[in-house]
Amino acid sequence: MAEFWEIIREPFFITLKIVAILVPLLLAVAYLTFAERKIIGYMQVRIGPNRVGPRGWLQPIADALKLLMKEIVVPTSSNRYLFLIAPMISIAPALAAWAAIPFTDTLVLANIDASLIYILALTSVGVYGVIIAGWASNSKYAFLGAMRSAAQIVSYEIAMGFALVGVLIAGGSLNLVEIVKAQQGSLVHWFWLPLFPLFLVYFISGLAETNRAPFDVAEGESEIVAGFHVEYSGMAFAVFFLAEYANMILIATLAALMFLGGWLSPFEGTWFEAWFAWVPGIFWLLAKTSLFLFCFLWFRATFPRYRYDQIMRLGWKVFIPITIVWIVVAGGLVLGEVGPWFN
Amino acid sequence: MERFINFLKSLTLRELRKGLGVTGRHLFKRKFTVQYPEEKTPQSNRFRGLHALRRYPNGEERCIACKLCEAVCPALAITIEAEERADGTRRTTRYDIDLFKCIYCGFCEESCPVDSIVETRIFEYAFENRGENIMTKEMLLAVGDKYEEQIAKDRMQDAAYR
Repeated sequence: MAEFWEIIREPFFITLKIVAILVPLLLAVAYLTFAERKIIGYMQVRIGPNRVGPRGWLQPIADALKLLMKEIVVPTSSNRYLFLIAPMISIAPALAAWAAIPFTDTLVLANIDASLIYILALTSVGVYGVIIAGWASNSKYAFLGAMRSAAQIVSYEIAMGFALVGVLIAGGSLNLVEIVKAQQGSLVHWFWLPLFPLFLVYFISGLAETNRAPFDVAEGESEIVAGFHVEYSGMAFAVFFLAEYANMILIATLAALMFLGGWLSPFEGTWFEAWFAWVPGIFWLLAKTSLFLFCFLWFRATFPRYRYDQIMRLGWKVFIPITIVWIVVAGGLVLGEVGPWFN
Repeated sequence: MERFINFLKSLTLRELRKGLGVTGRHLFKRKFTVQYPEEKTPQSNRFRGLHALRRYPNGEERCIACKLCEAVCPALAITIEAEERADGTRRTTRYDIDLFKCIYCGFCEESCPVDSIVETRIFEYAFENRGENIMTKEMLLAVGDKYEEQIAKDRMQDAAYR
């Protein structure tokens, strides 16, 4: 018995840790959809869902139950195998990327040295789910959506990658814990200030990566119905939905970690530092993440969808030159040990 | 120079920030939503809803089967059959309104010389079976009897403009 426990102990605790990350994540996804409907509702001067449960708080549960009950329709002319595997391909990397996300300097499932590369690699894999879904559906709208999404993600991956290069030059490490530690000091020590253009480019590319408005041409309700997931229903659709929102939270968390000092208190180095010393670091991380998530929803409520050629122009002719220029500037700042960030 | 200024404007996302400002302000505005079953919007006394046939205070039905409403009805929703009664007055034997055809224009009400057919403020009704969309004379009279007070009050308020 004792030997059996010895064998099973390690996998057991790893599973437990995974559950401890994924359950709150999925709950956050559920309530992000609720927040989205509420906030967009408020911005449109209406009140949004408020019928299910007190003030509508059970709405996401009702939505999830509805989707679970619905039939998964597989079109006869589709490639059945790929059709069903596409949602899995799309959600797996969205969840797996969380393994390397540090919540505080000690609270991280896998503190690997190249966590930034690992996350960048995994978020890129997610697009295969979209492309396979569009192809396997054997529907012209789905296929158009898949093509658009592929072109868009390939274009913005480059700008995003360059923005991350700037971060790793500034942080001097590929490890997210180290990157956050390099931002220690105060609010102005965080990388958003020296890397401000990269910060903007990263966040906007993040919008494009997650196919969120105003870059949601892959979905494009008004033009191609629902894009790559027109043919999906029930839980298969819900899995795509989960992946999209999990990716949103991931991008928001990464932005908070790399540019807003992660779990570092915003009152560090000011008079208030002692007053807020009792607040756990994870709270600051969650607050910063929520700020970015609010921006995701805010942008969706504000901006109309970009035309396809405008997206390409923005990605290739604006973002990539800006990031390249700023990488050179960041390199100069680091070499010149310009304060207060790099001395 | 102008091109340079435009370039700076788009580089600093000026228009986009303006747009965000608009939605940001609306986030805190008072909401217009009327939460229907609990809250209702005010109704005009000229509201045109479900029909009713009225009676005189002595209990005699007003309708004299002149068929003006049937003639004026643009949707041909009204069907009237009439006969002479034992006391020599002309009254309807059948007065049907097909609510599926009716467009609630209010012409029947306007054309009526004796203020018999009226449209009430009732708008919350639904049909569950076929045939329920036909309002017969009895049903119309019953509606009229039930809401006579409200109907009379609404006509009174509007009397000066008729």
